[in-house]
Amino acid sequence: MATTPKSGADKIERRDFLKTTGTVAGAIAAGFPGIISGQTVTNALKVGLVGCGGRGSGAAAQALTADHSNELTAVADIDEAIVEQAATRLKASTRFGARVKIDHAFFGLDAYDKVINSGVDVVLLATPPGFRPQHLTAAVNANKHVFCEKPCATDSPGVREVLAAQKLSQTKNLALVSGYCWRYNNMIQDAVKQVRDGAIGRLVAHYSTYYTNPVKPMPPESARPAGMSDIEWQIRNWYNFTWLSGDSLVEQAVHNTDKIMWIMNDQPPVSAVAVGGRAVPANGGNIYDHFAVNYAFPNGYRVFLANRQSTGCFNATLDYVMGTDGTLMLGGGQPRIEGPDGQIKWQFQGEEYDMYQREHDVLFASIRSGKPKNDDLNLATSTLLAIMGRHAAYTGQQVTWDQALNSQVSLVPKPVDWNAKHEVPGLAVPGRSKVI
Amino acid sequence: MALVTMAETAPLFTRQADKTPDPKEMAAVRRIRTHIEERAKRTASAPSAVYNVTIPNTTVAYGMARVPAGEYQMGAAGSGARPEEQPQHKVRLDAFWMQTHEVTWDAYLLFMFADQARELEHPDALVDALSRPTAPHLEMSFGRGTNGYPAISMTQHAANKFAQWLSAKTGEYYRLPTEAEWEYACRAGTATGIGPGQLGDHAWFVKNSALPGFTDGTYHMIGTKKPSSWGLYDMLGNVMEWTLDQYAPYTAAPTENPWVKSTAPYPHAVRGGSWHNDEAGVRCTVRLPSDPSWKRQDPQLPKSIWYMTDAQWLGFRLVRPATLPSVEEMYRAWNNGVALDPY
Repeated sequence: MATTPKSGADKIERRDFLKTTGTVAGAIAAGFPGIISGQTVTNALKVGLVGCGGRGSGAAAQALTADHSNELTAVADIDEAIVEQAATRLKASTRFGARVKIDHAFFGLDAYDKVINSGVDVVLLATPPGFRPQHLTAAVNANKHVFCEKPCATDSPGVREVLAAQKLSQTKNLALVSGYCWRYNNMIQDAVKQVRDGAIGRLVAHYSTYYTNPVKPMPPESARPAGMSDIEWQIRNWYNFTWLSGDSLVEQAVHNTDKIMWIMNDQPPVSAVAVGGRAVPANGGNIYDHFAVNYAFPNGYRVFLANRQSTGCFNATLDYVMGTDGTLMLGGGQPRIEGPDGQIKWQFQGEEYDMYQREHDVLFASIRSGKPKNDDLNLATSTLLAIMGRHAAYTGQQVTWDQALNSQVSLVPKPVDWNAKHEVPGLAVPGRSKVI
Repeated sequence: MALVTMAETAPLFTRQADKTPDPKEMAAVRRIRTHIEERAKRTASAPSAVYNVTIPNTTVAYGMARVPAGEYQMGAAGSGARPEEQPQHKVRLDAFWMQTHEVTWDAYLLFMFADQARELEHPDALVDALSRPTAPHLEMSFGRGTNGYPAISMTQHAANKFAQWLSAKTGEYYRLPTEAEWEYACRAGTATGIGPGQLGDHAWFVKNSALPGFTDGTYHMIGTKKPSSWGLYDMLGNVMEWTLDQYAPYTAAPTENPWVKSTAPYPHAVRGGSWHNDEAGVRCTVRLPSDPSWKRQDPQLPKSIWYMTDAQWLGFRLVRPATLPSVEEMYRAWNNGVALDPY
């Protein structure tokens, strides 16, 4: 929620706020001696970025901000222009540009491996999610600390690969921080603590929506340059292909499934049924524009999740967690809890900090402290919860957690060949499509 | 695999403001200006003091009210005046029309999504050539309502580009109001504008804006409070409004049609207070400087030039100067040259 200036005097209030934030950050950092101040740091941590789009470049900026001795030394993306643009932008920063020391800029589908093996200490994974399991596995095999953007996979085999990589990473005492940003948001942390402490009584149900606009609509086939391969065309329009994005439920509403799992202490549901489809025809690709999933958790707890990516419709992104003694409301104003009588029982107080920056502050502080953070249990499970919903919608069947976890259907071609012909299945037809 | 040589570059955002006009954009502005002139020739009489415009091929309409030329004392004096509202100084302004209401989501979403404006069925080279927002990653109304509600969360650059788009669509020249125009319109010929005693009748502010589900307050449907004597609704409260000006200290000298042109991404001047402000923040003379923290939730680099992810109280309305300015001035009003955030 916004930092809301309360009056024209806010210029001054804002400065005070910034000062306060600095103090708070310092206090947190104090738990990790010599991390943020950089006073006792002698060796720079070398950071490699895989996926140089807006989000990847943003993650690099946050990594370079988290620890003032960090250096960005290697970057990767699918083509030279993207790599060059990102490097130019990062170097242009007045804050951290001097620490952008890119000795290695790679492009192509194998560029991730080159970055991982270029002598970096930490790898930031920010490509389209279909590639994540492969990239994470390679990074952990090479003993790298990792920041892993959400979602972590687009299919069940990918989720299993991520689970194995996470386990190996823990065994090796490496850091692995996931990009489910809300877990690093103090506002939602406080709200979840209220639920844990019994503020809404016994949990009954969770209503969760991500009703929004199309994110990256598919361009018409006529926009495809002559001679561009299927694989390249699909990667350049990755959002519209289930094998690359996981579909809207997995790519975007994974923020909802992550909050759902958070409330549930990362314990999985029993089963899910769902409806979904595409109401507005697209120029291509094979993703739906809406889903509605009902998850059955143990003890009769029910979760109702719906998303939509369409123009001209009602929009809201919110979570209502209902209990016997009240409802936790996230979205639309400050997080708050209403009692059965409609009275506000609790409301978040204080300033929200930058959750994206926080992810990297925590990651690098943990590495510096010698206690690499690697307990994001939701890394794979929150993604799987979304994939489970998609499976249920695509097939029209009830899908159990075990079915979702053990599905053998692999969407990502192996290997992904830049020049290959690759036809994707059409839109899934519930009751006809067998994708599990 | 290949090793790429990186060009050494100056920071992008320091090169924005002073660059020479982009020829392609200048040509687009010139075409729109010609379109406006030709339309004016076809239109027999000047519009009345208040008139309505319907955005072509849609049912979305808005009102325009005439604001007469005149002069006034801009800023505040005396014990209640904040430092940034001083010194009071004489300002003379030419006449203009102003949108009677804040720009609604109904209108703004047409700009965000060409399909909603039915531009795919009605292609128009003038409009198709213009830049328009990328799709947002967040849901930018934050569940506060869209049909009939004021649009929020846009950057000043986005508001400028909306003005350009709307000008091309309608054949009327629109831009953001300058701070001086905004304050003059807000005062509506009175010494101080709406006083605290009548604020509740005219404005949604922190004391009356709460709703179930929005206990901290929220914006309300446009035009549900009383208008000013000049026929303008929600100038105070509801959502704050972007102006065209860079935020800068006042000087004592009298000025005519002042416009503090942008030279840096921050701060720009925002006016009128919002649903979240108390009485002291909801006055005609209150000025707020825009701040980079208004984009805090944007995790990208560079941050979006279109959205303020953390400004759920910030919108805008447009003016239509009575006299069509030069093509250079139109270019400058639609291209602040400082759209990119520093990082």
